[in-house]
Amino acid sequence: MSTITDPRLASKVPAGAIGDKWSTYREDMKLVNPNNKRKFKIIVVGTGLAGASAAATLAELGYQVDAFTFHDSPRRAHSIAAQGGINAAKNYHGDGDSVYRLFYDTIKGGDFRAREGNVHRLAEVSVEIIDQMVAQGVPFAREYGGLLDNRSFGGSQVSRTFYARGQTGQQLLLGAYQQLARQIGLGGVTLYNRTELVDTVNIDGRCAGIVVRDLLTGELQSHAAHAVVLATGGYGNVFFLSTNAMQCNVTAAWRAHRKGAMFANPCYTQIHPTCIPQSDPTQSKLTLMSESLRNDGRVWVPLNVADARPAAQIPESERDYILERLYPSFGNLAPRDIASRAAKRAVDSGHGVGPLQNGVNLDFAAAIGRLGKDVVQERYGNLFEMYERISGENPYETPMRIYPASHYTMGGLWVDYELQTTVPGLYAAGEANFSDHGANRLGASALMQGLADGYFVLPYTIGNELAPMLNKPTPGVDHPAFKQAEQDARDRYNQYLGIKGTRSPDWFHRELGRIIWDYCGMERTEQGLEKALSELPSLYEEFQKDLRVTGDGVSVNQTLEKAGRVDDFFQLGMLMCRDALERRESCGGHFRSEYQDDEGEAKRDDENFAHVAAWEWNGDPMSSIRNIEPLEFETVHLATRSYK
Amino acid sequence: MIEPHETPHGTQLTNLTLTVWRQKGPNDGGAFESYRIDSISDEASFLEMLDVLNEKLIGEGREAVTFDHDCREGICGTCSLMIDGQAHGPQRGTATCQLHMRKFESNATIVIEPWRATAFPIIKDLMVDRSAFDRIIESGGYITAPTGGAPDANLIPVAKPAADAAMDAAQCIGCGACVAACPNGAANLFTAAKVAHLNLLPQGQAERYSRAEAMVETMDEYFGSCTNHGECEAACPKEISIDVIALMNKDYRKAKFANRKELARS
Repeated sequence: MSTITDPRLASKVPAGAIGDKWSTYREDMKLVNPNNKRKFKIIVVGTGLAGASAAATLAELGYQVDAFTFHDSPRRAHSIAAQGGINAAKNYHGDGDSVYRLFYDTIKGGDFRAREGNVHRLAEVSVEIIDQMVAQGVPFAREYGGLLDNRSFGGSQVSRTFYARGQTGQQLLLGAYQQLARQIGLGGVTLYNRTELVDTVNIDGRCAGIVVRDLLTGELQSHAAHAVVLATGGYGNVFFLSTNAMQCNVTAAWRAHRKGAMFANPCYTQIHPTCIPQSDPTQSKLTLMSESLRNDGRVWVPLNVADARPAAQIPESERDYILERLYPSFGNLAPRDIASRAAKRAVDSGHGVGPLQNGVNLDFAAAIGRLGKDVVQERYGNLFEMYERISGENPYETPMRIYPASHYTMGGLWVDYELQTTVPGLYAAGEANFSDHGANRLGASALMQGLADGYFVLPYTIGNELAPMLNKPTPGVDHPAFKQAEQDARDRYNQYLGIKGTRSPDWFHRELGRIIWDYCGMERTEQGLEKALSELPSLYEEFQKDLRVTGDGVSVNQTLEKAGRVDDFFQLGMLMCRDALERRESCGGHFRSEYQDDEGEAKRDDENFAHVAAWEWNGDPMSSIRNIEPLEFETVHLATRSYK
Repeated sequence: MIEPHETPHGTQLTNLTLTVWRQKGPNDGGAFESYRIDSISDEASFLEMLDVLNEKLIGEGREAVTFDHDCREGICGTCSLMIDGQAHGPQRGTATCQLHMRKFESNATIVIEPWRATAFPIIKDLMVDRSAFDRIIESGGYITAPTGGAPDANLIPVAKPAADAAMDAAQCIGCGACVAACPNGAANLFTAAKVAHLNLLPQGQAERYSRAEAMVETMDEYFGSCTNHGECEAACPKEISIDVIALMNKDYRKAKFANRKELARS
């Protein structure tokens, strides 16, 4: 392994045994006296699991917190849509789970592309998260004796997933939201709703605050702070069609990136295997069916190509249970990237099912036969109803049809062990950072990471950074740098309004998404990526010349909001393709066709690519600079990931 | 991925007339405007139909219709809309974003309005301000459990029936359909769902009565009074039962009339 050459990418992981690093850090960190905390202002952007939990906890500690969300209420953040569950190494079922095993599963699931120290800390605090959420009144599923119930998820051989029916994300977010609401009521947090970040501001090499746009009036306003936390989610909507909510966007992270925060591993995107296939061309959004369904659902396709018979009429001997056949030890619970590629290959080879032959079956007949309809309904009732509302088909009687869709992004702003970006004073938490999932995230780990960052990591690490700043003057919003950023944002939004072309932001977004999906989706090739990189700049140029935004800039204008977000998606999309091109290996969600073994499995190149690619802005996305943080594996051995 | 020129799957609905409430700002007068949708797949969701309308309006150089929406999975509670006079439209237990065009017929006229309630002032077109809901939660819709120091999760056993009942109430997505459907503009179902979620759990007992009192009184500052019409339950996309209102009323009455020290001991 090479040593760190770029001091800006020092991971700051403490020395020592893997299990001691986090306690060592906490023993050594600087503290801010309780009475001094109120002298510090911290901005938290985003109010999902990471943002709400961070804002609430920092306010409980005594910091002055300003929280920002573009939603009407913090409770709308997209964390709410997570269905299946949250992992924790509680070993409540005595099935051999431990902090180490969760750590190892996460490192392996991420195809050995995550930083060991961060991941072990995540596994350590996972147990505290469950305690905290139960104390807050999250109604997790219970056994009859009153103890917590668990289920299994892909990529693990133990039952460590806590859940609240198919609405775990909702219940966890409401828990964090309630804690945030309590602080808002007590005056510890000032909330700015329907307010979107449009820029970050650095002064003397530190993040000094942000510029936001009031979505109701178009007014731009600066906010200064001692530290800024971006908990603004992922960029999966770059694909246009994804399971992300319609408003999810990369703008906050991207604007920070343009101001010096390096963007790590943008090509690591997760395609979730169990979504409802697209059914009509006006579709603007894909719906996820929880991975937990793979506990009892069996994935199969007809053995014969283009077999259009209804599922019930296809005999067992003419069915191919693809995951059970290919991955006997994990079966239908193979990790997401692996299950997704298996589905894609089945459909690509003509075995797809449904009217458009664009899906695979997820069949519950065996589970209903074994457990009875009541038990299946108890476990998945609301998911079955949702499926029926969308597809018009009853999954108790006929198999669900599923197909992979963009779901989560492992890449994000580069952060060190303290979750600080390459801009001092600027932090990134939750899906917005890149730190814990490597090249592929395991199911039920996103909720865990968001809450770990917000509840149990940032409240410590921010204090360590702020302590030496006590009583030192910091720049206010009258500083020229803030005025300049406000002016830049004003010019940008006026420019969108002034182009007066012919195409809407959604039109461009759809076209952008098509290119990214085709060439930087589930399977990538050098040729395809080069094609994308030749098509994207010209489409982006067309966007800048032919965009049409109706309405004005002084009242609610969702078309204008969208224009700004699509602009940033274009730039990110180019960087994604460049990152995918440069990473000449396959790992996790990044599958390059050139790099696979004889059986079609991903072939990593640990010799040359056991590192994080951290991209540095250099004026435009086509000339960004690729920097490297080598990944040091002190505890686990790099091994070929096998789920067979 | 389907290309736009491919033959769409499903049946086409044709010749729809949309009568949509347009209002420039909170202080402007509003009016209905009619738009035509020539053809749309019955596989499209209701909001995708509005996306199509907005694309068309932008194409004609007109301002798009403003409406709140986000997850389109029926869970974030952002979407709203009175559709033909019904909150979230004709399908029971379904938020507007999960409503699909197969529930409509060709040649229909569909009237689309914002939530109409004093406590939810219109911001623009179909978008309203529901922040009064946040004020209710801020006044007591939580369990005081600051981060750190929580006991092991299994030290607090919760009987399954209690956990299930709490979860039934906790499913509320905060969309405001209950208020919009109520002839009095009351928020009792919303408030009671949160009171029930927390008051049914052992963790919620310490603040049970102060919570009910604070939340009911904050609710009364913004919203109308409940007269047991039951429209809220019928409109609720999560089908939350009005039984929770009875529970809230019971706890509120106790909070106001019982001896606090006695309550604390019980």
